[in-house]
Amino acid sequence: MPDQEQIVPPVVTPTPAPQRFFKRFSPGQRYMHAVLFTTFLGLAATGLPMRFSESLWARGFAGLVGGFGTILFFHKFCALVLSITFLIHVRDIFSRAFVHREKGVFWGYSSMVANWKDAKDLFGHMLWFVGLGPRPHFDRYAYWEKFDYWAVFWGMIVIGFSGYAMWFAPFFATFLPGWALNAALVIHSDEGLLAILFIFSIHFVNTHLRPGSFPMDMVIFTGVESEEEFEHKRPLEYERLVREGKLEARLGEAPGSWQLNFSRVVGFTAIFIGLLLLVLTLSAYFI
Amino acid sequence: MTDAETRRGLCTDGPPRRSLRLGLLVVGLTALLLAAPIRMHAQTDCLACHADKTMQDSAGHNIGVDAEKFGSSIHGGLKCNDCHADIKEYPHPEKLKKVQCDTCHADQASKLAGSVHADSKEHPCTSCHGDAHSIFPKSDNRSAVYPLNIPRTCGNCHSNNGMAQKHGLDSVYPSYVDSIHGFALSKEGLLVAANCQSCHGSHNILSRKNPQSPTFKTNIPNTCGNCHAKITADYFNGVHGKALAAGNKNVPVCSDCHTAHAILQPTADAFRSQSTPICGSCHKDKFSTYRDTFHSQLGSLGGYVQTARCWDCHEAHEVRPTADPLSPVNPANLITTCGKCHVGANKSFVQYQPHANAHNRTMNPALYYIRLFMNLLLVGTLTFFIIHTILWLIRARFDQIRKKAAQGGKNA
Repeated sequence: MPDQEQIVPPVVTPTPAPQRFFKRFSPGQRYMHAVLFTTFLGLAATGLPMRFSESLWARGFAGLVGGFGTILFFHKFCALVLSITFLIHVRDIFSRAFVHREKGVFWGYSSMVANWKDAKDLFGHMLWFVGLGPRPHFDRYAYWEKFDYWAVFWGMIVIGFSGYAMWFAPFFATFLPGWALNAALVIHSDEGLLAILFIFSIHFVNTHLRPGSFPMDMVIFTGVESEEEFEHKRPLEYERLVREGKLEARLGEAPGSWQLNFSRVVGFTAIFIGLLLLVLTLSAYFI
Repeated sequence: MTDAETRRGLCTDGPPRRSLRLGLLVVGLTALLLAAPIRMHAQTDCLACHADKTMQDSAGHNIGVDAEKFGSSIHGGLKCNDCHADIKEYPHPEKLKKVQCDTCHADQASKLAGSVHADSKEHPCTSCHGDAHSIFPKSDNRSAVYPLNIPRTCGNCHSNNGMAQKHGLDSVYPSYVDSIHGFALSKEGLLVAANCQSCHGSHNILSRKNPQSPTFKTNIPNTCGNCHAKITADYFNGVHGKALAAGNKNVPVCSDCHTAHAILQPTADAFRSQSTPICGSCHKDKFSTYRDTFHSQLGSLGGYVQTARCWDCHEAHEVRPTADPLSPVNPANLITTCGKCHVGANKSFVQYQPHANAHNRTMNPALYYIRLFMNLLLVGTLTFFIIHTILWLIRARFDQIRKKAAQGGKNA
């Protein structure tokens, strides 16, 4: 109908071939992230009242759930689940690298290990922020994503070790000096606080809330991202796959609407709880 | 001459005087009979009128007497005018003087006169002993001063809206009834449970500011020790008791930790939870370092009260200095003391410092530098990334708007 032709905006968007989606995270990685953020929220929600045990909200929350016994029980429960998940992850890395002889686990463009390019990217990215240079082209894992990963990795070891030292204090005291038990609480609570503040502010904003990903980057929930997003966010990896003709091998299925809705509910719940905990934490300092 | 001798005399006397004596006797008896209606001898005479329980005087006061109850009361054997001494004849004056209990009870009256309840207008004997015509011995459960009834009797004034309010005194009765003493008394009916007068006395109650009072600070340990003998002995073996005995009044006595009236079962959650700030009110530095440990963090959230409180390690009553070999926190005893909770506590484990101060470099250097490192890591990481993120947000938004403006399309 000619009338309608004129109403349509003159942007040339001939209904393109349906948008293609490419796999970024395996189901195992997505499940691991789900377990990680669930237990992390649990640990934060039960750890913060202990750290700020004098504050009103901590006491109110403790009273609501049945006191310290309940809080500590859930803290330990989440800690156990997260520890097991962490050990499974470490085992996977070693089995990928040494059993399956997979290349690029410890080095190269698809490794989580930091390299010289990451340092250059960090510098270049900061220059781009202030308009002094072009936006760096990122590979499979950008430097801030690697930082997130290693922050969690380091945190797991530091918080985990100090936590278990307090949990099984008499046993740890057989090979640790007594003052280490004093240090365990200082380390555990400061590192935990750092993790909480980092995840609920920096990670949330960098990964989910910044323009380009707002309101949420769904890739960790669905495992796939659109071609447009892939090409924009990780041009080096995209170009490499095109060059090597391996792009089609990475094709995935478009996420179903139920999957997106479910992910949104879960993701926004997590972000909401996280931001609430962040506000409570800051209130303990400033109010 | 006894009655018996008199009778013998009458019988053995000779006949000539007999008629004369008989005559005198008749006259005497007649005189006595004539006098009877005006000189009252027995309760029955008064009760002829006052047995009517609804009887009232012109001012509307109830002047009826429950004859049966009065008869069984401690004063049941007395004649009415033993107390109502101004009644000498019938009909008696309408307005009678107040009964003076001190006519008989001079000892109690003099004690009362020196007490906080000296004002007899506000505190007549009956305010504690109850209705004047139904006073029972204190061992009788009908008595207002029977041990199980005392708190209620005192509570008439010493509770919310009671008379004591007028004098700016605390409402102590509600605190007492919910206390361990109050429970022992009201729930278990323990006659030995401390009631008001066990600590305050009865007629000679003195202000706690009076050095003679059993509730004067320095007398409190001995007052409580009337029942809690062992604990008082322990207390005087400890630093607080020794200092008190030496004349230092700035030490806690029983009531400083346990309170005076709202005394809780010390093993109860509520008391465990409130106990540490009590010690902390004097031992401020120790309390603040204690609060940095998980003993405190765990404890202050409630519902989990097993974590160590001051007295779990230092003892509650027999508090001894750390250097004393009998102190549970003497280095030689730490494995036993910590081992009460921490099964498997060993020599290294007890090196843990329950009062470590991470802000004190000379006392806890390792902890000081660890805390410093952790704080720098926290502040450094967050500062860098907050700047990084803010700059990124601004730049990304800037690009987005520019792109939008150029394309008129949706957000990138």
